[in-house]
Amino acid sequence: MTTSEYATERETTEGRVFTVTGGDWDSITSSVDPLSNEKIVVNMGPQHPSTHGVLRLVLELEGETVTEVRPVIGYLHTGIEKNLEYRNWTQGVTFVTRMDYLANMSNETAYCLAVEKLLGVTDQITERTNTIRVLFMELQRIASHLVWLATTGMELGAISMMLYGFREREYILDIFEETSGLRMNNGYIRPGGLAQDLPESAVRKIRDFLKYLPKKLKEYEAMLSGQIIWQQRTQGVAVLDVTGCLALGITGPVLRSAGLPWDLRKTMPYCGYETYEFDVPTATTADVWGRYLVRMAEIRESLKIVEQALDRLKPGPIWIDDKKIAWPAQLAIGTDGLGNSLEHVAKIMGQSMESLIHHFKLVTEGFRVPPGQVYVGIEHPRGELGVHAVSDGGTHPYRVHYREPSFVNLQAIPAMAEGALLADVIAGGASLDPVMGGCDR
Amino acid sequence: MSIQSGTDGDVPRGAELGAPAQTPPSPDKGMFGVKGTGDVSGFGRLVRPKPAAFGSPRPYGEYFDDVYDALEEAYPAIAEAIEKVVVDRAELTLHVRPEHIAEVCQVMRDDASLRFELCSSVDGVDYLGSDERRFHVAYQLTSMTYRRRVRLEVAVADGVTVPSVTRVYPTADWQEREIYDMFGVVFAGHPNLTRILMPDDWEGHPQRKDYPLGGVPVEYKGAEIPPPDQRRVYQ
Repeated sequence: MTTSEYATERETTEGRVFTVTGGDWDSITSSVDPLSNEKIVVNMGPQHPSTHGVLRLVLELEGETVTEVRPVIGYLHTGIEKNLEYRNWTQGVTFVTRMDYLANMSNETAYCLAVEKLLGVTDQITERTNTIRVLFMELQRIASHLVWLATTGMELGAISMMLYGFREREYILDIFEETSGLRMNNGYIRPGGLAQDLPESAVRKIRDFLKYLPKKLKEYEAMLSGQIIWQQRTQGVAVLDVTGCLALGITGPVLRSAGLPWDLRKTMPYCGYETYEFDVPTATTADVWGRYLVRMAEIRESLKIVEQALDRLKPGPIWIDDKKIAWPAQLAIGTDGLGNSLEHVAKIMGQSMESLIHHFKLVTEGFRVPPGQVYVGIEHPRGELGVHAVSDGGTHPYRVHYREPSFVNLQAIPAMAEGALLADVIAGGASLDPVMGGCDR
Repeated sequence: MSIQSGTDGDVPRGAELGAPAQTPPSPDKGMFGVKGTGDVSGFGRLVRPKPAAFGSPRPYGEYFDDVYDALEEAYPAIAEAIEKVVVDRAELTLHVRPEHIAEVCQVMRDDASLRFELCSSVDGVDYLGSDERRFHVAYQLTSMTYRRRVRLEVAVADGVTVPSVTRVYPTADWQEREIYDMFGVVFAGHPNLTRILMPDDWEGHPQRKDYPLGGVPVEYKGAEIPPPDQRRVYQ
């Protein structure tokens, strides 16, 4: 019987229980009789660096083969959907942006598209706003895929990839900060428009980034693609074919890695995606390797869209014409941070009582949304992000539900991992790219 | 226009009030302890009629007629299964009687002219105060072959079970668990209907409209801010 300071063991009525806190696998294997043919139940997570946040996997092992996986989620449930029902429609943006914290812009856009569809103003959104939304959603996709590359690289042993991925992502977050004032959780895309216009300085940063990233992508591919360890850890691992994907509701890069070019930007376009030229990359291997190839190709396609969006960006209004919906004040950065512009304050406080009333009503009470329900789906970095929004005619959402790709995709872990090796659970889970903030909401 | 009451005759209960149903009366939250509407203008008795979602007449427009006709052909019991059809904001909603939902899903998935291969989302809505069938479950189906979307909706009272669609769409597994967790709707035939987001020993179902938001008052720069559900609301 071996015990180390890292692995303690005790006898219970259900067998021997080990508590493992460090790299002390040897002390466990040496204390389990190799001939006893016993099943081991391993509880991985919720605090485990390679489970992508607070995900817990209960694994049943025979030797090193996984015979059963049971994912346990809910550790990051924050009740965002319930909270939305107590805020007005515009305030909702600041909540939904915090769901999937690697795809803030996508969360916000999906929510705003749903509110605008409920209002019936989808085609009144200005061209400039739609272009900026597309621009930011694609930058967000690149940022999210870079984090995927970084964390998956780390989990499969390529630690340097993690540093590079996060470094490149920071350039994108800089662009977001330049525009919205915040790196993450931007609250930038609002029902009917955008919080602020895109400044010239951000456009320059995006142009620089467009030149910078392709070179770096080549470096990463040079580092990973030919690497024998990377290949053997990803090829033929965690295979899930199209039938399996559709049955389990898996969308996004995982579905495309199985060969089905299903991308909502092409098949059910929104925000004017039908006017951009880009391809939907697919792979046919349906394994982790295929998902790696698809995501790398998607970063390049997103760069193409970003470039086109920049080219067609013309000066113009960002808020819709309807004054009953559009935010009453132009926001500006003052000495104490972001706030109403001084001209606007001078006008409502000094000249126009009606403007003051209008401002007050719209900011405190918010606009009313005609009763009904809509479902809007967009192509999120991880798959279909659906928003089911219900209005009762009031100034607050009656119910908003997010169909989160992380939540739905995580159901595939047992299908991918059972019968495979323990190490492939990590690779397979990482290839789904789950973000627990989105999964648990 | 009159709003039909939910109790008379052949009209199925809960079906005449589609989305959104009547909202629960909000508790009095007057600034100065005012009871009632707090309205001093004299117009307080003017009640804005809630537009009830009635069934839409034919033709439905877009591809909706094709979907309905194809379903009618493939599923003869359609008259019994579908309570009403609502077309709103370019979306088709088929209100299905709960006991038929699994069969309708099966036909929607397998029929060659329907082919709704993907069940995008399943979620619940609590229309408290509408009538006793307060819980609605909405299934968003996507046809990748025809690039179409359709919403199926069922309405049940508290304690009434809905057949699980996990045998048709395995992806509904976790989503039905979430609805059970959040609303307390029980899905008959689900392989493992346990809580998913809340702890196993949690009491109550948080997304129900009569479940309070909770929260504590927060002090900020000397002023006390009440929790969100007790703040002044402009409705």
